[in-house]
Amino acid sequence: MSYQVNKKGYYGDFGGAYIPEMLYPNVEELRSQYLSIMQEASFQKEFKDLLRDYVGRPTPLYYAERFSKKYGTKVYLKREDLCHTGAHKVNNTVGQILMAKRLGKDRIIAETGAGQHGVATATVCALMGIKCIVYMGEIDIERQAPNVARMKMLGATVVPAKSGSKTLKDATNEAIRDWINNPVDTHYIIGSVVGPHPYPDMVARFQSVVSEEIKNQLQEKEKRENPDYVVACVGGGSNAAGAFYHYLDIPKVGIIAVEAAGKGIQSGESAATSALGKEGIIHGSKTLLMQSEDGQITEPYSISAGLDYPGVGPMHANLFRSGRGEFISITDDDAMKAGAQLAKLEGIIPAIESSHALAIFEERKFKPDEVIVVNLSGRGDKDLSTYIDYFNL
Amino acid sequence: MNRINQTLQQDKKLLSIYFTAGYPDIDDTLPIIKDLEKSGVDFIEIGLPFSDPLADGPTIQKSSTAALKNGMTTQKLFEQVQGIRDSVRIPLIMMGYFNPILQFGVENFCKKCAETGIDGLIIPDLPVEEYHENYQQIFEKYDIRNIFLITPQTAEKRIRFIDSVSKAFIYMVSTASVTGSTSGFSRETRDYFQKVSALNLKNPQIVGFGIKDKETFGQATEYAKGAIIGSAFIKHLNENGTKNISDFIKNIR
Repeated sequence: MSYQVNKKGYYGDFGGAYIPEMLYPNVEELRSQYLSIMQEASFQKEFKDLLRDYVGRPTPLYYAERFSKKYGTKVYLKREDLCHTGAHKVNNTVGQILMAKRLGKDRIIAETGAGQHGVATATVCALMGIKCIVYMGEIDIERQAPNVARMKMLGATVVPAKSGSKTLKDATNEAIRDWINNPVDTHYIIGSVVGPHPYPDMVARFQSVVSEEIKNQLQEKEKRENPDYVVACVGGGSNAAGAFYHYLDIPKVGIIAVEAAGKGIQSGESAATSALGKEGIIHGSKTLLMQSEDGQITEPYSISAGLDYPGVGPMHANLFRSGRGEFISITDDDAMKAGAQLAKLEGIIPAIESSHALAIFEERKFKPDEVIVVNLSGRGDKDLSTYIDYFNL
Repeated sequence: MNRINQTLQQDKKLLSIYFTAGYPDIDDTLPIIKDLEKSGVDFIEIGLPFSDPLADGPTIQKSSTAALKNGMTTQKLFEQVQGIRDSVRIPLIMMGYFNPILQFGVENFCKKCAETGIDGLIIPDLPVEEYHENYQQIFEKYDIRNIFLITPQTAEKRIRFIDSVSKAFIYMVSTASVTGSTSGFSRETRDYFQKVSALNLKNPQIVGFGIKDKETFGQATEYAKGAIIGSAFIKHLNENGTKNISDFIKNIR
């Protein structure tokens, strides 16, 4: 049994393409071509060159010595925080902008929550000289002014999503509506392993460079390709999909997905989808999602905007249901503490998303000789005001 | 025979009206249905509101958000239409997104439809393949018609597949857009209506999206069997409440 996507676009029970007929031609065009385009030698070369020279890959695999000593195990950090634009998101946007060019599209749309994916999309659009429209919830625009300014400076148009709850899920709805209204010239760059097939698989493949590098780097440092565990935070789940990708079908590598418990799983203010979600349809994908009994999608909460999504990618829903992945949820408070601690122990200020993954070591114990890789998905610059408010810095 | 199929046999151009259940007020569902029938409408589409209506423009989105705020649920809607066949004879179709139906249980939903006298469903985000493989038998067991959409971008081969799976009519989306976003039909759009008509499909076509008045109704039904009005009617409700529904309909045909 494989944990990769099957021919019909499903991971076990999850995935598929539950889309209105108006989107069928766009999605079908992509589905029928994405694999062959990605396999073209010229695509591979252009993608790899940009990842190396523009994004700054490979990112280091750093042995966190003082952190390891504190928790009595061997912890490596995969330094996605050192990518251009400050997070792993750009791996996917570089891949998708190349895909869009080969599909002959000259207009790009994207959704964004905190603005990280919006910035990564605006960046590659500037690089390629392609028109870029980013949908962002009206409430998020107010909360994330610096990223809005970055997108504008990069030449993107930021359109406020005013429908529903005016946050990430509504920005995604607006981007989908834009795509319905512009079926011919536009490519939609989804920022996570969510949405209709083939998006979850395509985004996972673009992010899989993370685990490909981990394998090589671990071989060099530890004389083994496989860690005992790979740990990543999960909102939609794109950094996790990248970190897990080449280990999905190697059972001896433990997979740990870390969700945001917010103020506590039972507090009513949480984003721990595996604990609180039920099977359903969101943004064209059958997956686990937070919803009312009546099937209305509910608003999640996390201190970290990147984990604040009511669903989870279908790959992760399957890892959860099948038991292949171990799912842990971390509260706002524990994540903030873990972020502050990494800053002091290792001189690295992590994104609050990544802080969730670092926080598991307080509860989840590992053996001294076990090798744990934590995907440090982003840097904390964008979260400085949240850290300032929380710690009265 | 299913009421939808009976109505489709009538020798006239058919008018269908969409409205969102529970809007403007939670208890407006029944009065609106009765007024629409009295005004001579041929079909009614009752919208089951959803938190994330991907295919809808601002007008229907807002009515859905308001209806949910008013307390509309799947259960509540079925309670409201319980006994409706004592007084209403025209076909009733429910239009809703797949997730609320999935949570209610697809079979349970179809059974409730059959019990209350709902004749068909339009589920924009349930693709025809998924229906054909997993749900068609359930729909047919309860004699519920499922209506599929086609758009100007739908290839002929796919239109023919949709025709083969359909057993009532095909919902022909006029332009590639969300609901409520066009004004008047271009020559190109009317050519598309004609082209689909020339395919001689077994199911008649009813045009939706962009119909709002006598002119657009006439253009839409030049080649098609009928047309559906949604956003324009919701706008009428925004401005007039549930009064003067018959005036709105009289202005269409």
